[in-house]
Amino acid sequence: MSEDTAAVAAQQQRAPVAKDSGSGLSGLLGSPAGRNTGLVVALVLLCVGGVVTAGDRFADVDNLLTILRLAAVIGVVSVGMTFVITGGGIDLSVGAIVALASVWATTLATQGIANDTHWIVIVFTALLVGGACGLVNGVLIAYGRVVAFIATLASLAAARGLAEIISNRKTQIVNVPGFAAFFDASVLGVPVLVVIFAVVAAVGWVLLNRTTFGRRTFAVGGNPEAARLAGIDVRRHTVWLYTLLGLCCGLAAVMLIARTTTGSATHGGLYELDAIAAVVIGGTLLTGGRGTIAGTVFGVLIFTTLSNVFTLNNLSISAQAVAKGAIIVVAVLLQQRLARRSGA
Amino acid sequence: MTAPAAALLSVSGLVKRFPGVLALQGVDFDVRAGEVHCLLGQNGAGKSTLIKVLSGAHRPDEGEIRWRGEVVSFGNPTAAMRSGVAAIYQELDLVAGLSVADNVFLGHELSTAGFSRRAEARRRTRALLDRLGHPDISPDRDVGRLSVAHQQVVSMARALSLDGQLLIMDEPSAVLDPDEVRVLFGVIRELTAQGVAVVYISHRLAEIREIGDRVTVLKDGRTVATGLPAREVKTSELIALMTGRVLDNVFPDRKPVDPAAPEVLVVRGLADGDRFRGVDLTVRAGEVVGLAGLVGSGRSEILETIYGARKAAEGTVAVDGRPLRRGSVGAAVRAGMGLCPEERKSQGLLLDQAVYRNITVSSLSSFARFGFLDDRAERARSARLTESLDVRPAGVERVVRGLSGGNQQKVVLARWLLRECRVLLLDEPTRGVDVGARSEIYELVRALADSGVAVVVVSSDVEEVLGLADRVLVVREGRVVHDGPADEIDESRVLDLVMEGHAA
Ligand SMILES: Nc1ncnc2c1ncn2[C@@H]1O[C@H](COP(=O)(O)OP(=O)(O)OP(=O)(O)O)[C@@H](O)[C@H]1O
Ligand SMILES: [Mg+2]
Repeated sequence: MSEDTAAVAAQQQRAPVAKDSGSGLSGLLGSPAGRNTGLVVALVLLCVGGVVTAGDRFADVDNLLTILRLAAVIGVVSVGMTFVITGGGIDLSVGAIVALASVWATTLATQGIANDTHWIVIVFTALLVGGACGLVNGVLIAYGRVVAFIATLASLAAARGLAEIISNRKTQIVNVPGFAAFFDASVLGVPVLVVIFAVVAAVGWVLLNRTTFGRRTFAVGGNPEAARLAGIDVRRHTVWLYTLLGLCCGLAAVMLIARTTTGSATHGGLYELDAIAAVVIGGTLLTGGRGTIAGTVFGVLIFTTLSNVFTLNNLSISAQAVAKGAIIVVAVLLQQRLARRSGA
Repeated sequence: MTAPAAALLSVSGLVKRFPGVLALQGVDFDVRAGEVHCLLGQNGAGKSTLIKVLSGAHRPDEGEIRWRGEVVSFGNPTAAMRSGVAAIYQELDLVAGLSVADNVFLGHELSTAGFSRRAEARRRTRALLDRLGHPDISPDRDVGRLSVAHQQVVSMARALSLDGQLLIMDEPSAVLDPDEVRVLFGVIRELTAQGVAVVYISHRLAEIREIGDRVTVLKDGRTVATGLPAREVKTSELIALMTGRVLDNVFPDRKPVDPAAPEVLVVRGLADGDRFRGVDLTVRAGEVVGLAGLVGSGRSEILETIYGARKAAEGTVAVDGRPLRRGSVGAAVRAGMGLCPEERKSQGLLLDQAVYRNITVSSLSSFARFGFLDDRAERARSARLTESLDVRPAGVERVVRGLSGGNQQKVVLARWLLRECRVLLLDEPTRGVDVGARSEIYELVRALADSGVAVVVVSSDVEEVLGLADRVLVVREGRVVHDGPADEIDESRVLDLVMEGHAA
């Protein structure tokens, strides 16, 4: 027994040292990748499935770019959602905010100003509308002390209603030449939309893992009372989190307008579910305090690839929904196993 | 190893592993019917883990537990309770939102054909509470609304509800004031007279001498001595067994406070409109002021209000002559205040996050450039601090939840040591901290004071207040009833002041 215990004791002493040496680049890449192995495997399996069932129609550069273009819009929303959920909140109004921002940014009036000045007006309008909606959510939740679920449920209804009023339930077509030209372009063969998603994800990763803002987000989500007593202004931080997500929705609206060349009150349908699902299967804890941007990106890619494979095989939207549900359950079960094994 | 005939419970070669930690590595001891068997050991020695293994909350990896001579393995705490082994854990395990009676019978609800017998449960709960000397707690109250001390009593009632033969208590006195400890000891004596065995854990040696029969000392998950006579064994011997070193003076020497030192913290006429009123308090640089009083006398509320975590109804708080905005923790922290809250789990710690993140959470901006954190510096500074506080096991990447209670407390302290405060407010700073570490914390507090920090300490341990503080304030029912130098007052006088009008 003594040999045994000595070995364990020695291991116990080595363990922290080994961990510390991982704090450099290897730790930076190593640890999230380790956590994301399951997601990578799932994505690879999906791709193999795509190649087997749809052959060259799947493994085609254009098809892969299509997947990425589709992933980009919901991806930007999901990155924002990761912050809110890590901070202990939830936002059900993202789809409605995307719709409202898309409509507001494509009204005749806005397009008129854009045509007279610069297409960037459309972008700013959408960001402003999204940010303002997020701000309202945040203030309601943090200062009005309305439960996040309820507050954002109310925003969902109100924002979509407002979008319908503004658009008069009509689809608004965009007719600003510079705008379409900019967003339809590619950088070194990569569509601008995809570049935007990549940039948002990278900035999100840095913000969450390398800045005081991110660290405070973990603290606020992990234990709001302890965070408050540690001197963090929890309410203000909460407002920032929802505003950030609102801005992401505004940006997503711009991307959606570019992809569809329209603004509409029906845009962003069920985005809240897609975004929350992507965040959760990525490994972010719904109770707050733990979150991963890389996981979220994988979550988005998994769902988008799945739809693509199903569509290529002429399977119905309903079948896709069933598969999505199954994936969520399996992912969450797997994660619980892993969490228990790591003794967290 | 065969158990002696009188042994109710005997344990041999117990081993329990957690990922990366060997919490128990060979524990042997036995408990006889009708005795109070005390477990001693430093923070992280494995006491709580042992208790959890004995009561079925954890499964042992190796070793043998014999209950009344038979080898047993309890699958869960309820199974253990049915066999007569009940435990009160260090971290109370009550369900807020349920009533006292519901909590007492949780897991073994009284029922007939599936229908719960609530009236019967209420009646039995009341009888148990009476037996514990607390007829004042109503069986219908929501447990979440009770004071911590009362919650403790409910936990005991729960433990006794299945007619236990062995009652295990993990640091029950940590949340009780002297009066309540006396009641607790009365209950323990009554139980042992009925043949019930009690395993009692505490870091307070005086208590062990008063209530204990035999002592077992754990160190690093191993039994280093067992069956010592609780009343005869020398304190120095116990400390040497626990820590492996000799400690002769628990409290550090005081330097006289310079009467001309600047007044750092000035509180005038503070009231929260509810729990306390008319609190005046002045702390000079280099001074340690102790607040003595009963649990529930309003001391924690006073600290929290000074800190801005509760909104003051009246009065002012000033640091270095500048008044603080009411009800703003941010303003207090910026002015150089720090608070170690009473409830480290719910108010102090980010339990699922790394030790270093818990330590740096209040000083993030000092590790940041344009908002970007220097992770490496955070870890390095935290590692130095945890090393000097002797947090065990070492490793700033560890998740705080896996640390023992005393070590968690040190992590909270480290947070404010890192920040280099002007004013440090400590609410029960050594609750659940072992003797060795406690004297280290005292030395630290003293060293901080000597470097010019103004310190306010709330403690239910009168000895601690008198030994550590330069000046003592006694709080009773939300009012300061005494304010004077610590060396002009003794323990019995403080207790008199604290209890006045209470005992009658
Ligand atoms: N759930 C857990 N996961 C990982 N490690 C744990 C867990 N529980 C306890 N430990 C480790 O086991 C060891 C013993 O802890 P334990 O809580 O039993 O100590 P203790 O003697 O009760 O200390 P204290 O006096 O501070 O309460 C410690 O090193 C602790 O970090
Ligand atoms: Mg313990």
